[in-house]
Order: sequence, then C-alpha cells, then structure tokens
Amino acid sequence: MIELRELTKRYGDTLAVDALTVDITPGCVTGFLGPNGAGKTTTMRMILGLDAPTKGTALINGKPYAQHKFPLHEVGALLDAKALHGGRKAFDHLLCLAQSNGIGRKRVKTVLELVGLADVANKRAGTFSLGMGQRLGIAGALLGDPGILMFDEPVNGLDPEGIVWIRTLLRWLASEGRTVFVSSHLMTEMAMTADRLIVVGRGKLIADATVEDFVARGERWFEVRSSRPTELAGALGKAGASVEERGESSRVRGLTSTEIGDIALAAGIAIYGLTEQRASLEDVFFELTGDSVEYHGMLGMPARVTS
Amino acid sequence: MSTVEASSQRLSSNVSAPSGSALRAALVSEWTKLRSVRSTVWALLLTSAFTIGLSALFCWAFVNRDERRRDGSLRDLFLFDPTARSLRGVVLAQLAIGVLGVLVMSSEYTTGMIRTSMAAVPSRRVLLAAKTIVLTTVSLVVGMVSAFVAFFLGQAILDGKGLGTSLGEPSVLRAVLGAGLYLTLIPMFGLALGTIVRRTPGAIATLFGVVLILPLLADAFPEPWDVRLGRLSPLNAGQAFFSVRYDPDLLTPTEGLLVFLGWVVAAYIVAIVMLTKRDA
Repeated sequence: MIELRELTKRYGDTLAVDALTVDITPGCVTGFLGPNGAGKTTTMRMILGLDAPTKGTALINGKPYAQHKFPLHEVGALLDAKALHGGRKAFDHLLCLAQSNGIGRKRVKTVLELVGLADVANKRAGTFSLGMGQRLGIAGALLGDPGILMFDEPVNGLDPEGIVWIRTLLRWLASEGRTVFVSSHLMTEMAMTADRLIVVGRGKLIADATVEDFVARGERWFEVRSSRPTELAGALGKAGASVEERGESSRVRGLTSTEIGDIALAAGIAIYGLTEQRASLEDVFFELTGDSVEYHGMLGMPARVTS
Repeated sequence: MSTVEASSQRLSSNVSAPSGSALRAALVSEWTKLRSVRSTVWALLLTSAFTIGLSALFCWAFVNRDERRRDGSLRDLFLFDPTARSLRGVVLAQLAIGVLGVLVMSSEYTTGMIRTSMAAVPSRRVLLAAKTIVLTTVSLVVGMVSAFVAFFLGQAILDGKGLGTSLGEPSVLRAVLGAGLYLTLIPMFGLALGTIVRRTPGAIATLFGVVLILPLLADAFPEPWDVRLGRLSPLNAGQAFFSVRYDPDLLTPTEGLLVFLGWVVAAYIVAIVMLTKRDA
C-alpha cells in the first residue's frame, strides 16, 4: 500500500506535483497516467525518497521510505533502465543491490532466470539493448520479493514481444495480491494493463477511477450517411438532436437509432449508413488532460484521435 | 512470455527480511561495487606502478647523474634526502588513487546508478560511510605496500653509490608510513569532492586543482604569505609528513598531518550536508 497525502513538489515557480492525495492499493494494477511533464516521475522519486517533497508525505506500508532499513523487501522499483553502471556485469549489478539488503546470491540467480537473462549474466550491462536493460531493472525490482512494485514507463522503447512480456508480468504480479503502480503517457497501453487509473495533469489529480468507469464516461453518438444530409440535419435538429455535419456523414447526438430512422423515413430521406460510435479511451484522456498539456503543437495539438 | 508463468513458484519463494545492520550490508555491497568495475583495478595498478616505478626511476637517475656538469653536486649531496627520493612517485600516484576516490561516488551520478543505490540504501549517511570504509581500507593496503616497496627498492638502488638509508634512521619510518597514509587520505578527499561535484570531469578537475595548482597560486602572494599559505595546501602539508629532511618552508610532520586531515574533514562536512540536503 502506498499512501500519498498532499504530496507537493515545487521547483522554483513551477509546481511539479500539486497536493496529490491518493492511495495505491494491493491486488490490482494501478495506472498512473498523464501527459509528459505531468509530474509522474517526480511523484515516484518522492515515494522512493530520492527527492524530498516540498510539502506532504508519501508512506510505504505506513512508514516513509527512508525509515525502512532494507527497503527492497517492501518496494521494488524501476524508474530508469539506464540507472546502472554500464561497466558492471549484470550479475554483479544485481549482487551489489542484493547484498545491500541482506539478500543472497541464490536469489540473484533466481531473478536472472525469471526475467530471461541467465545466459547473459556475465555480460557487462552497458552492452545490453534497451529491452534487456529493462529486464535487468525488473530483476532488480523483484530481488526482495516485495509487496509493492513500481515501474516508470516500463514499455517505453520496447519491441512488441517485450511489451507483451511486461503486460503479462504486471497482471500476474497483481494477481498475486501485490500493489502494482505503473506510469505511462499512453492511455491505450494502460487500458490493456491497468484495473484502475490515476490521471494527473500539471501535477494535479484529474481523475481516479476504474478503467470501466473511464470507458463509460466517454460520449456516444451515431455516424449517419444519407441521401440529403443537410435536410436530415434540419429534421433531426427539430427533434432535439445535435448534429455535426462532417462531409459525407453526420454525427448525431441525443437520439436513438430508431428515432433517427423514423425521422428520416418521415422526411423521405434514404439512410445509407447508421453506426453507433463511442469515444475511445484516448479521447477521454485528451478531454481530461487537454488543458494541462504543457506544450501544444502548432496545429492545436493534442489532436483528437477519432475512431 | 512463458518464463513468467513457469517461474511463478520461484518468485514467491519467501525472501525474508534480514535482521543485520544496514551499514554492514552496505559494506558488503560497496565491496562488490568496487571490485566489479575495471577502473578500480586500473587505478590501483597505476597507483602502485607510479609509486614504485617512478621512485625507482628517480633514484636510478640520481645515482647515474653526471657529476661533472653540476657545480652544486656537493650541495646536492648535502641536502640529499634518500627517503624522499625513493617516495617521489607518490606525487603522481596520488592522482591515480585520488581519481579512484572521486569515481567511487561520481561514477554513480554520471551513470545514474546513484538512484538505484539510494533506493536500495535509503540512509545517505550509511551509503557514504560504507563507501568511505571500503575505499579507505583498500587504499590503506595498496598505499602502504606501495610506499614500503618503493622505499626498499629505492634504497637498494641508492646503496649502489652508498647513498641509501634504512628504516632504523631517525624519522625514516615515519616518512614511509606518512607516504602510505597520504595515499590513504587522498582518495577520501577525492570521494568527498565526487560527492560535492557529482560529475566525474568536474570532480577530477577540482581534485587536480586543489592538489597541484593551489600550491602554485600561493606563490602569487607577497612574502611571507606565499610560504605561509603554500604550506597549508594539501600536497605541501602531506610532504611535511612524508619527508625526512627539515624544510623551513614546510610545516612540522604533526602540523602537516593535522592540516591535511583538516582538508579531508572540511570536504566531508560539505559532502555530508550536500548529500543529505540535495535531491538524488
């Protein structure tokens, strides 16, 4: 269990993390979602005691991180796959971490096998690909068999096989009753992995809900193609619908498909297509974080991804 | 991938939290860190090579000098300090072992390893203490062995012309021990600088600046301040406790040791404050 209370980090004039209060509970994968620069990494660094909060607290199983004598038994974290000395062999890298927390050599071998790096244990970590580095970082996180696991953008830069591997690992760690906290700036990725989503923008908590809730939150509409779109728009408008003409088809909100069909028939307009659409998770995400994206592109980004 | 499922039982094998002391665990870990990178071995080899090899070379050069071309050769002999001669390589060796001290901390910042290390050992004082103890122990062994080997080899060469001395002569043992001690304390100073500056190039430049350039800067002051300030620099303070002959420009051996320790302690105080106050 990770408890954040009013957690705040200020760098000069910028509030990187703004009074974040949230509990990250065991037994599920909690996605930590937000655009780049939303304060996700800073939050994770404060949880690990690497950065000191300007205000507020982050508790791990009821205690600040620094008060755990051998913290690798409580929390396993992978913040940056490159956070290691490239000149050290993979085995030695894990061994020095293990020893600092009273963990033996046998366990080092076990986690190396677990992440599939046993064959390259005696290679220098600097020669590893990004995917292998990520696996080595995860091996380090698993060393102390911790109840809490925390990963910062674990799928960044991975090939499809690596992405599936991480997804499976996260789901499975949560199914064992562990607390799994994963950050990402990709809604689609999180939708596939997480049970619960914590969305932040500009350091502030924007939403905290289950993935189902997020899906339900998205708006629905009908995509209608007809012989005389403008006329149909008028008729539907009179019936209380909002209609958005978009070239060949129109987006109709506020009526059921039956009502749209009946109105078209009464007006003598042929319907060529009538399909129900739903906003993607990405759309919901952009809607939530749109105002908080720090750097917009020239074309009014973030662009809406339409389905 | 199937690896995950297949190993499910192994992952859950209970790794129980140990009860030992955090410092003790950190010491074992730091020893693994030190011995598992190549730069350590190189730095220690260079330290020994410079101390022993260069000292032997200096002694050999003195024995084979061309006496006819030097009017001051008698004065040379009068002022000749065979012990200091056989320990001259220390001046270069200190750079190699000082860099090792810098790297023990700065390589962690430069590579990003520090974040992993601090997540594993959340008490930064314990982390610094463990690094200091491991580094100092290794330096003490390498420094002392190198100093004694350099001394004996140098005296053997000088004895060819009857110029050598022995450990039994006054102050000689103190000087040889002093040279070994100097090679033990310089890496501590480097470690503190590495902690303060964080980046390897900057920390090494600072170390070289303090050790080599500070004595030169002192010369810019008008007399008698050039001497008074110059002898307080780490290198000159160190030379006071690893030379035998009395030099009026230097401090006494005890003063020199105290001044040198003062430099190390001051650097450590700044390092501890910065290490605990700054974000990783």
